[in-house]
Amino acid sequence: MISLNHYLVLSGVLFAIGTAGVFLRRNLITILLSIEIMLNAVNLTFVAVGRYLGTVDGQVITFFVMTVAAAEAAVGLALVIALFRHRETLSPDAFTLLKW
Amino acid sequence: MDLNSIGFFVFGAVAVLASLGVIGQRNPMHSVMLLIVSFGALAGLYILLDAPFSAVTQIIIYAGAIMVLFLFVVMLLNAHTEADSVPAILGPRGMQIGALLSILLAGEIVWGLSRLGLTWFGNDPATIANISSVSRIGLAIFTTHAFAFEVTSILILVSMVGAVVIARRGH
Repeated sequence: MISLNHYLVLSGVLFAIGTAGVFLRRNLITILLSIEIMLNAVNLTFVAVGRYLGTVDGQVITFFVMTVAAAEAAVGLALVIALFRHRETLSPDAFTLLKW
Repeated sequence: MDLNSIGFFVFGAVAVLASLGVIGQRNPMHSVMLLIVSFGALAGLYILLDAPFSAVTQIIIYAGAIMVLFLFVVMLLNAHTEADSVPAILGPRGMQIGALLSILLAGEIVWGLSRLGLTWFGNDPATIANISSVSRIGLAIFTTHAFAFEVTSILILVSMVGAVVIARRGH
């Protein structure tokens, strides 16, 4: 039998994979993809807890998170395109103007 | 082992392996494809959680719309490989600390959750029918969460205009 804890551990592992992607990758597009992995891990938690509590609120929040993810992807990819036009690279190490 | 458990372990394993593939691939095109696989596995998990609406929106919005946007950008920029191909473990100190921190995060979450007792899902058929009903979700979105829904539409408008302005050529 599968309990709520199984789903929470799975989404925790997925979230950690997403953070590892943000830390380890040197490609702006893959960093955005890792953020999507983290958002999906959180979505899984919402749906599982909603199922456990017997309410639809978890799925409603999942719907809003998907909308925010779409907006974030649109703006993020526009930024990536604008940055790529300036430097012809996708490595975040090339964009250190604001770095102290 | 019942069908539900088998489904959970199969979909969970596919999701974790595909996500690991996403962060392990050098080619962003392969990363995007593997992320679509991961989203498909998550949609299967939503079906197992009696949330068919979330499963279908997951496929349509994530795999259908957001990932196509990513694919367009990957093909548009034609940047197939990462500039420096240093193995992540041998990378600079900051990356090593990052890897260590994310492993710590995973360990911390698993440790914290294992201290809780197992909490089982209820099996009341009326509750399950209630949460898997699309009309209930629609009712909740348009009545209880109506304000959040309207704010979301403004957010989409702002991000749409913002994306056009940011990606415009020559200011």
